Order: sequence, then C-alpha cells, then structure tokens
Amino acid sequence: MSETLRAVIQLLAALLLAPVLLGIVNRVKAVFAGRRGSPLLQAWYDVAKLLGKSAVYSRTTGWVFKAGPVVGLSAMILCVALLPWTGAPTLLAFDGDLVLLVGLLALARFVTIAAALDTGSAFEGMGASREAWFSSLGEPALLVGLASLARIRGSLSIAGVFAGSVDLAAPGGARFVSGPAAFGGAGAVFGGASSAFSGAVMILAAVALFIVFLAENARIPVDDPATHLELTMIHEVMVLDHGGVDLAYIQYGASLKLWVLGGLVVSLLAPRTGSWYLDVAVSLAGLAVVAAATGVVESIMARLRLVRVPQLLVAALAMSALGLCLALVGGPGGQLALTAGGTP
Amino acid sequence: MIAVLLGTAALVVLFGLASLLLARAPGVSHAVGSVGIAAASLAGLAATISALVLGDASSITLPWNPVIGASFSIGFDPLTGFFLLPIFGLSAVCAVFGAGYLSHGYPGRGTGAHWLFYGLLVSSMALVVLARNGVLFLVAWEVMSLSSWQLVTFEHEREETRAAGLTYLVATQIGTAFLLVMFLFMGAPGAAGGTAGEAAFLDFSMLSAAGPAASAVFLLALIGFGTKAGIVPLHVWLPEAHPAAPSHVSALMSGVMIKTGIYGIVRVLMILGSPPPWWGWTLVLIGAVSGVMGVLFALAQHDIKRLLAYHSVENIGIICLGLGIGLLGRSYGSPTVALLGFAGGLLHVLNHALFKSLLFMGAGAASHAAGTREMDRLGGLARRMPLTALGFVIGAAAISGLPPLNGFVSELLVFLGAYHAAATGAAAQAAAAGVVAAALALIGGLAVACFTKAFGISFLGEPRTPAAAAAKEAGASMTVPVLLVAAACAAIGLLGFLAIDLMAPLAAAVSGTAVTDAAAVIAQAGPGLLKVAAAGAILVVLAAGLAAVRALLLSRRSVRRAGTWDCGYALPDARMQNPPPAAQYTSSSFAQPLISMFRFPLATHRRWSPIRERFPAEAEFESHTPDLFAQGVFRPAFAGIGGLLSRLRWLQHGRLQLYVLYVAATLLVLLVWKLS
Repeated sequence: MSETLRAVIQLLAALLLAPVLLGIVNRVKAVFAGRRGSPLLQAWYDVAKLLGKSAVYSRTTGWVFKAGPVVGLSAMILCVALLPWTGAPTLLAFDGDLVLLVGLLALARFVTIAAALDTGSAFEGMGASREAWFSSLGEPALLVGLASLARIRGSLSIAGVFAGSVDLAAPGGARFVSGPAAFGGAGAVFGGASSAFSGAVMILAAVALFIVFLAENARIPVDDPATHLELTMIHEVMVLDHGGVDLAYIQYGASLKLWVLGGLVVSLLAPRTGSWYLDVAVSLAGLAVVAAATGVVESIMARLRLVRVPQLLVAALAMSALGLCLALVGGPGGQLALTAGGTP
Repeated sequence: MIAVLLGTAALVVLFGLASLLLARAPGVSHAVGSVGIAAASLAGLAATISALVLGDASSITLPWNPVIGASFSIGFDPLTGFFLLPIFGLSAVCAVFGAGYLSHGYPGRGTGAHWLFYGLLVSSMALVVLARNGVLFLVAWEVMSLSSWQLVTFEHEREETRAAGLTYLVATQIGTAFLLVMFLFMGAPGAAGGTAGEAAFLDFSMLSAAGPAASAVFLLALIGFGTKAGIVPLHVWLPEAHPAAPSHVSALMSGVMIKTGIYGIVRVLMILGSPPPWWGWTLVLIGAVSGVMGVLFALAQHDIKRLLAYHSVENIGIICLGLGIGLLGRSYGSPTVALLGFAGGLLHVLNHALFKSLLFMGAGAASHAAGTREMDRLGGLARRMPLTALGFVIGAAAISGLPPLNGFVSELLVFLGAYHAAATGAAAQAAAAGVVAAALALIGGLAVACFTKAFGISFLGEPRTPAAAAAKEAGASMTVPVLLVAAACAAIGLLGFLAIDLMAPLAAAVSGTAVTDAAAVIAQAGPGLLKVAAAGAILVVLAAGLAAVRALLLSRRSVRRAGTWDCGYALPDARMQNPPPAAQYTSSSFAQPLISMFRFPLATHRRWSPIRERFPAEAEFESHTPDLFAQGVFRPAFAGIGGLLSRLRWLQHGRLQLYVLYVAATLLVLLVWKLS
C-alpha cells in the first residue's frame, strides 16, 4: 500500500472514529456508576441532531461569534491531518510540524475565547478568562516536553518524535526507540544506559502529556464536561450561547481534539511492530485505553479546586523540564553525552 | 541606487519642511506634509526593493572631519536593505493614517512642525541604517531621537505628555552616551593617518575589537542599543512614551524606530566577528526575561496603548531569543542553528514592525472613535467599526504567533533553530535551546491570553459607555492603511517559504557563514514552510467550506436574533433585551487569575471597599500595576543622583562675576596641564 494511501486512510479513519472516543469515555463512566450508558456513537448522533436545527443568535454578537466555530473546527481538522497516529507519515509532515500542531491548537483556542467574549455574558467571560489562564501554562509543558523528546529521538517532526516506545522489529529484540545513533557506534556501547535515559525521559513526557491532554480537553480533574453552571466551569460555559450547526461544529471539534492529544500520548507509548496493519490495531487499542483511562479518572476523582489546577499544570511543566534535563545528560539521539558532547 | 535612496530620504525632509513653511494655510500644509512624505517614502521603498533585487552593494564616501574620525560614508548591503523595507514602507502607511487621525483628532491644530519632525524621523532612521561611519551614525541617531521626542510631545499642553517626553529624552540620551563610548572602544585614532580621501578612523570598515575589548563593546552595545530597543530593564520609557504620542507616531516608533536598536546590535555583532558562547547566552537570557516580563506587564494594563507598548518589549525579547540562539549556533559551530536563529530573529523584526504598527493604528482608531484608551470603557466596537476590528484581530492573532499569519513563521524559525540545537547540539547549546523553547512557549500562551483580552474587551460584547456605543467607523484614510498592513501580515504568513529564500542570504551574511551554507537552511526549513503555507491555504478553504455548509443548512430554516442567554441571571438593560454592559467581564477581571498567579514580578496594587451591609449600595475596586523597574530601580537611582548633585548647588548661586571666574580658572588649569 502506498504511503499516500495510508496517509489518506489514517486521516479519514481519524475523522470518522474520533467521536467514538467520547462514547468510550462515557461508557466507562456509566459502568462505574452502575448505568448502562449511551451508545458508543452517541457523539455522532448528537452532531447529526444539531446539524438539523435552526439557529438563534444573540443580538450582542457579530461576525466574530460566527467565525469562532468555523475556524476552530478547521484548525482541529488540520491537527488531525498532522497526526501520524498509525505511524504512517502524514501528507503535511515536515521537520517542525509539532510547532504547527501547537500553533493550530492555540488558534482554535483564540477564536473560541473571542467568540465567548463576543456574547457579552459574564459567564462566558469567566470561562474565557480561565481557558486563557490554564492553556498559557499547558502550552509550555507541551512544548518543553516536545523539546526533550526531540533530543532523545534526534528528530524535529511529530513522526520522528512520536515513533513509539519499543521497536519490536529492531535487530536484537525489543528495545527503546531512541534515534538512529543508539543503534550503532558509540551508542551501542552505552546502549543499556541510553535506553534507560530515553525511557525515563519518555515516561516523564508521557505523564506531562497526559495532564495536558486532560486539561486541554476540559476533563476532570481540571474541568467537568458534564456541567456548565458550577463555579469551576471553563470550556462548557464558553460555548453556552452556541446552538445548532455552530454547536455541532464545536462538539465535533472537541472530539477531534480528544483524538489528537490522545493520539500523541498513544504514539509516544505504543510499541511499533513493523507491520502497518498491526500498528493500526495497536494504536486503536491504545486510543481506546486512553479514553478508558480518562473515564476511570473521571469516575474515581473529584474535580480539583480551581486554584489547585495551575499547580497540576506547573507540575506537568516541571516534569517536562526534568525530562529535558535528563535528555541533556543523555545526549543527542540518546547517546550518553558525558564523554561525547561536553563543552567544545 | 544608493544615491536615489539618499535623495528620497532628503525628499521626505523637504516635504516636511514645505509643510512647515505653508503653515499659514493649514489644509494645504497638512496635505503637503502627509501626502508628500507618503509618496517620497514609497519612492524610497521602491528604490530599496530594486536595490535588494539587484544585489546592490554600492557606497558613497565623502570627506568630512578626519580629526574626529568622521566621514560622510554610507553604504548598502542586505542588512541595510532589510531594515529600510519597514522604515520606508511603514512610514508611508503611517503618514496616510496620520493624515486622517490628526485632522479628525485635533481639528484646527497646525501640523506643519509635526510633519517636519516626522520627515526628519523617517530620513534619520534611513540614515542610521545606511551610515558606515561612527560619527555620521551618531549624528543620525541623535536626530532620530530628538525628532521622535518632538513627535511624542505633540500634545505638549498636557502635563503627563511632557513628563513622558522627558522620560524618553533622558533614556535615549543615556543610551547614546553608551554608544559614544562603544565607538571609541572600537575606533583606533591615528590608524587612518587622517589624510583626506582615506578612510576615517571611525568608518565601519576600520572598526575592530578583540578579546576583552570586544566583550566590553558587546556589553556597551547591548546597553546603548538595548535602551532604544526596549530590553528589560531598560524598557521603562516605552510604556510612558507610546501612549502619550499620537497613534501613527506610536505605530512608527514602536513598529520601526525601536528596531534600529536591533539593527545596531546586529551590525556591531557583524563587526566584532566570532562570538564567545556567553554572548549568545546573554542574549537568550535577556530575550527570555524581556519576553516574559513584557507580556506579563502587558497583561496587567488597562490602557490599550500601554498594553501594546509592553508587547513591544515582549517582541524585542523574541527577537533577542532568535539572535541569541543564532549566536550560540555560531559559537558552537553549527551553521544550520545559526542561520535558523538569525533568520527567525530578523524576520520577526519585519513581522513585528507590520503587526505592531497595525495594532497601534487599530487601537488609535478605536480609542479615537470612543474617546478613551481605557479598555474597560470600550466594548462592542466590532459591530460599529467592522473594518478596524478586522484589521485589529488579524494583528492580534499575528502577534500571538498563530498560524497562518506572519508571527507564526518567524517564531517557527526560532523554534526550529532551538529544536535543531536540542536534537543535535552539545549539552550547553541544548540547554539554551530548552530555555528558548520554554520561554517562547510561555510567551506564546500568555500572548494569546493578552490579545484575546485586548481584542475581546475592547471590540466585542456590549459597549460599556455611551461614547463607545456611539462610535463610528473611521474614515478611509484610517481604515485603508490598517487593512493594507493586515493583508501584508497574512501574505507573509501564507508565503513564508518565499520569506525564507529572502532571509537565508541575509542570515548567512549576519552569521558570517558561507552563502553556500544558506542552502542548508533553505533545505532545512524551506519544505516545511511550504507545508505551512499549504496548511494555511487548507485552513482558509476549510473555514470557507464549513461556513458555506452552515449557510446552506440554515438557508431554509429560521434564523432568529435574541438576547444573550445568561443562565437566567441577566439584569435587563434599558431595552430589557441585552446583557447589562457593566456586568461583562472587564480587562481586569479577565486577566486577574494570571495577574495574581504572577504577583511576584507584577506587584499589582489593589484597593477596594469591603462589603459591610447585607445589601451594599455601592462598591469600589481599583487595580494598578506600576512598572517594577521604573519604581524599584530607576526612581530611587535618579533620586539618589539628584540628592548627590544637589550638594553642589552652592556653586550655582547666580552671580555672573563668579561664573566668569570659574571659566577663567578652568582655562588656566587646562593651560597649565597642557604646558606641563
């Protein structure tokens, strides 16, 4: 199968399957609560229902409000197009595409906040303010984590950085993926040590990424997607005034965002088997596990008090920074740099 | 071609002078000043572009005063040409905007002197980047500082404007003092022999420094040029001067003039040659501190032009991060990192010039229409001034570094430099890259918060005052410049792959690497920027498609207007329909969580009246964020200096005879010293 075809299948599958993740999250929550729960495709049913509705717009709002859902969903679709969740390179892949991904997430946030402020409602202003607050802490955690991964993987692209954790097809059996340098030359001597370094950096980055995943997707313990009238409301209250087609765009965009950030976590941790079909199956299973984990977290944890949320995000940033420090000692491409890369 | 550039620069001044001479006929004077300066600047822009395309490298040298090392020596190279682009281009745009702004904002007021100083500012900025002699450079630098000081104090009848002007004047003079010493460090008097026709000893080609002297020169340049550029803690004049000046002057100064400080740093780095690593580290740390502090202080402001002024500090920080990672790439011998860092930092100079002048013009039009710069008294302007709002939101998204606009392209290049250093460099270089990545990410996140606040509170929601409710769209002379610059922001964002072709040779020249290595950076970043452009185009198409789908779906259904759903809590307004304007989130409440989180550097003063009764009739809240460095460093320092100098006041008693005696005694001492 050609690379292009794989990339197209990867993109279309993601666009179709993303709402199912929400279904899995809700199903797990229902099981914990002793309910039967809604169908796995409920998010798709909701979108279809909303697309059939007529519209009511606030007199206060203008073109900014109408641009919000449209630009936000477009940015999310592009994010999905940038995500090589099956391991196949995407059509838009390039060295540095991870910065574009983060930029597109920021663009979606910008237009959502602007649309919320356009309503003139104090509720939506509150949500907008909190969204800006939390995401300004989540973004450094994400980008510093990416810098540490860029160092151990010796790569600047999402495909290179998120190339899975364990390469089962590698010569000599399973080992951590840590850039080409680890497989030969000086790296081979320190193979065990560098793998340990890479593994530690990867675990730190994965934890930071999972926290960012929860925060960006407005999940517990940061936000509660089930409510918009509590004093911790963030994301749900920002879209309070949207309805009909606009709300359908926003909800579909939210499920895409869940897919994108969840896909990053999975791509980082899932083993690569060498066969694309197996990789697809592994990645899908991994995404289901991440969604289930989200459901478990939501079922067994209470939402954090609002003032505690930044501490969680700063903890994520600290873990990313610690990972970067380890990666600095670990050297480029996972080589132990204590001898190789001191001061020139 | 360089003669043409010099000619257009002179023409700009001549139109300003003509405007002053025609002051008897205010209408004619205003038209001659604005249109003439705009046309002459456009001619200068055309000459710059053709010189850049032709690869012009000509120079002119005329003898001046060899004893003090002066010659009238000017030259053109890619760096000069690159800085001339915003100087001429934005001067033209701001002059057109200023024509409308001044005639609406200050009716009946003579503008002849204003246009003369505007012309002087434009041509002195051009001369600063053209100059190839230290004395000529300093003269042009001083004319630039003094003419911009005159422009800042346009509303000189206001006390706070005069105070802001004085702060600016003192800051810029202190900066110049450091530059004077810097040139003396680099020039070697006597080396040139002093004969006419030979190079004078302060010609740039004669300047050099090595070892500790080079480091001293670097630090002097950093302080002297950094004061103009506005790096923390030398930025204190920016938030004073920019709000005081008319908006098109703020746009020109904040967008273009402070960049001459960056030009100076880059030019000195080119003269000094290969840098030790700590220079790059210094720039990275200065950039990180300036960037983060700038955006934090911006977030705490209520005055929209003060907010924008602090954002200039932030963007100078981003530029320094790019230059710093570039210098480190050069120190550690990785040309790709050097080229990416310099290309990103320098491209951000052009980008910031565009979106900052765009934002100042948009904010000027908005505050002019609503009669106040306080964001908490604006609101709802997007429906009343749609074109200005469109321009402002494009500028806001661009300055936040969002794709597909120009701010993203330059920040992406800096990020690529940092990630490249992180992925391949030695530990020390990768550590700096980590600092750059973390600082850029934090700046980016906070900038989104800051500009959703600036745009959202000022332009969206319900108007908070009757004046804001009565605002009207600005005239064509104000909206056309705004939209033109907005289009330039979008163009550079979508055509970033062309920008890298332009930047790579320039970055190669600046970083001292071979031009063939520039191919490396194009190979590194070019395909990626092509993909970024593709992503931008796809984004536009997708958004248009989704909007069309929505319009199609809604075309046969009812689309009603109603009041904002406020969860049943809404107090009706006078028309019993809309959310109450006073209950909206304000700029202070929007930023409050971040402000209180970063209360350590910000030290916001808050004052409120506690609620004592069950049904309080009224309440008060006031918050104010003074500049940490102005209040904590410079005010005590200047008070101390003033106290020391006042001890000498007994020398100054007003008796003329004794003053003459001082002069005579000084002459005698000098004579004895010289003879002995």
